[in-house]
Amino acid sequence: MSDTPVQTSATVLTVRRVQDYHAMTLVAPAVAERFRPGQFVAVAAGGAYSARLVRRMFGVYEVKPDYGGTVEIVFANTEPGTAWLADRSSRDRIDLVGPLGRPFRLPRDPVHCLLVGGGPGGAALFALADTLRRRGCQIHFVLGGATGRHVFGSRMAQRVGDSAVVTTEDGSTGERGTVREVLPRVIAETGADVVYACGPTPLLRTVSRTAAEFGLPSQVSVQEFLGTTGACGVGTCMTCVLPVHGEDGVTRMARACAEGPVLRGDRVRWGDLGTIPFDALGAPRALGLPDGGARQ
Amino acid sequence: MSNGPANQDTAPAPGKGKAPAPASDRLRTRLGPLDLAAPVLTAAGCGGTGRELAPFVELSRLGAFTTASVTLRPRAGRPTPRVAETPSGLLTAVGLPGPGVEGFLERDLPWLAEQGVPVIVSIAGDSAAEFGELAARLRGAPGVAAIEVNATCPNVADRGRMFARHPAAAAAVVRAARAGAAPGTPVLAKLAPDVTDLAGVALACADAGADGLTLIGTVQGAAIDTTTLRPALTGVSGGLSGPAIRPVALRCVYEVHAALPGLPIVGVGGVTSGLEALEFLLAGASAVAVGTALFHDPGAVPRILRELDEALAARRLGRIADAVGLAHRPAGHLPPLAGVEPAPAPEPAELKETAP
Ligand SMILES: Cc1cc2nc3c(=O)[nH]c(=O)nc-3n(C[C@H](O)[C@H](O)[C@H](O)COP(=O)(O)O)c2cc1C
Ligand code: FES
Repeated sequence: MSDTPVQTSATVLTVRRVQDYHAMTLVAPAVAERFRPGQFVAVAAGGAYSARLVRRMFGVYEVKPDYGGTVEIVFANTEPGTAWLADRSSRDRIDLVGPLGRPFRLPRDPVHCLLVGGGPGGAALFALADTLRRRGCQIHFVLGGATGRHVFGSRMAQRVGDSAVVTTEDGSTGERGTVREVLPRVIAETGADVVYACGPTPLLRTVSRTAAEFGLPSQVSVQEFLGTTGACGVGTCMTCVLPVHGEDGVTRMARACAEGPVLRGDRVRWGDLGTIPFDALGAPRALGLPDGGARQ
Repeated sequence: MSNGPANQDTAPAPGKGKAPAPASDRLRTRLGPLDLAAPVLTAAGCGGTGRELAPFVELSRLGAFTTASVTLRPRAGRPTPRVAETPSGLLTAVGLPGPGVEGFLERDLPWLAEQGVPVIVSIAGDSAAEFGELAARLRGAPGVAAIEVNATCPNVADRGRMFARHPAAAAAVVRAARAGAAPGTPVLAKLAPDVTDLAGVALACADAGADGLTLIGTVQGAAIDTTTLRPALTGVSGGLSGPAIRPVALRCVYEVHAALPGLPIVGVGGVTSGLEALEFLLAGASAVAVGTALFHDPGAVPRILRELDEALAARRLGRIADAVGLAHRPAGHLPPLAGVEPAPAPEPAELKETAP
């Protein structure tokens, strides 16, 4: 075992449709062996001579010991890079880097855990649930989205969770409503000791705030923010930053891929994503500059 | 696991993965006073602090590690989105984020100095005086193999236009860095292609005491998001990098080498393979640096070195110096045979296979 990520040529085992998403299983023993829930993998899309240089980053749904070690990712086909991935077939090879980033912190004791997810990002919660279960934790799910198609894994959640609440805004699956509306009730009913979340940024913001209101710690994965801002996944390109305040009270621009993707929900300045807060370490002082600072 | 290479199950997929770079003498090169065991470096700002690359490459295999541009004070950089993917390239506006020279000297440089790799420290200031101060702060710091003056950063006194736009402004920052730096420390000047007379800027830098040039920084570009109907980057324009700019970079290297054949050049811009590195050498570079390709393939440098070594051997080029500037020779000129066995004539069967 080792903490260091690896770069490997992984073999595609299967690609299948799951609801509106694609699930791809890759044979990558060195990645599977090192993986801890919450970590992600970065995939080169388009083959060796690809014109697409940004690595695509995905949370891991499940690792299994088959074939020496497999890694399963779930993704939505939203752009040409993911279209290329969705088009792969068994035995194709894909350049994979992982596992990357900081995993979910795990409780020492067998406590009650609430796992909140939305969209394909919710997939990463199932690897976590597996690990928590083996530590004797109780697992409760809240999954939400605009419609049933936007909620990944609702049936799986019913199966593996001690309880599972699904919300959709149109009521097509589960309760009509939003995660924000049901969260206080579920926290109270389940007696949750800790809240974990992975999904769209507004969901994470809601979870962090609600957990704080109940005095609970929250561990949230900004995987989706990373997927839309990052280019390398390994911490070199500096494009995936978000404002996080530290123990010392100082706000720093943290890399979602390296300091995250799992962060303490109460540490992220959710309202300031996409900005450099004026009080962040190294924020521009010379606001009068025509381009606000160096271009590179 | 020990410190050994972490990717033991890397399969030999073409063009991917890490293989040990050959310790070939053929790959030695010089940048003026700077002796390098290999001609492929990391480009400024593309290798993190070095720690992030270490799981994928043994840093001691790199020709040199170039740091992100170090500034006097900590910098948070630009707001996100900082990157847009464009055809064969990236458009970035990162804004030179970093811990500032204090944090760099305290945390980053000492670690790099222990990795057995020459470290080229890139510096960026708001004014010539800041460049001088930065170079002076690096005096006596262990492990500084050279200083790269990032003249592509904005000149506050010129309303944020880059120093490298004007021969006089570029010369001023080079002179200041030269004066501030320890006398034996080589100084490279990094220039950008968005200028009218690149050779004129290069000459001014050489006159101001630059030991070599790094060509090129990113090319200014823009992209529009057709969903939001707004510029894809918060700062509207950004720097284009990657294979998309390789022809621009090659033109710059060729042009400057033709004007100043004695001045060492580090060629930068879209290098992803050994043959592309060779193109830069032939155009007149004595070394190449790899930037954007590292984001796509963190193990790129050792692979490029291996491919370059093979490419040189196949062309019977015994040393890097034999390749540098070769494209400037008249047509029909044959390179010297430097103690390399002539390549065996290809088997007819192979020919048949590859013939269209
Ligand atoms: C994300 C990013 C950060 C960069 N940071 C710096 C920097 O700090 N200093 C600098 O001189 N050049 C910087 N560059 C420019 C590169 O060093 C290089 O000159 C340019 O990207 C072209 O090479 P490439 O096509 O191999 O990337 C940066 C480029 C990128 C894409
Ligand atoms: S994605 Fe490159 S630094 Fe985070």
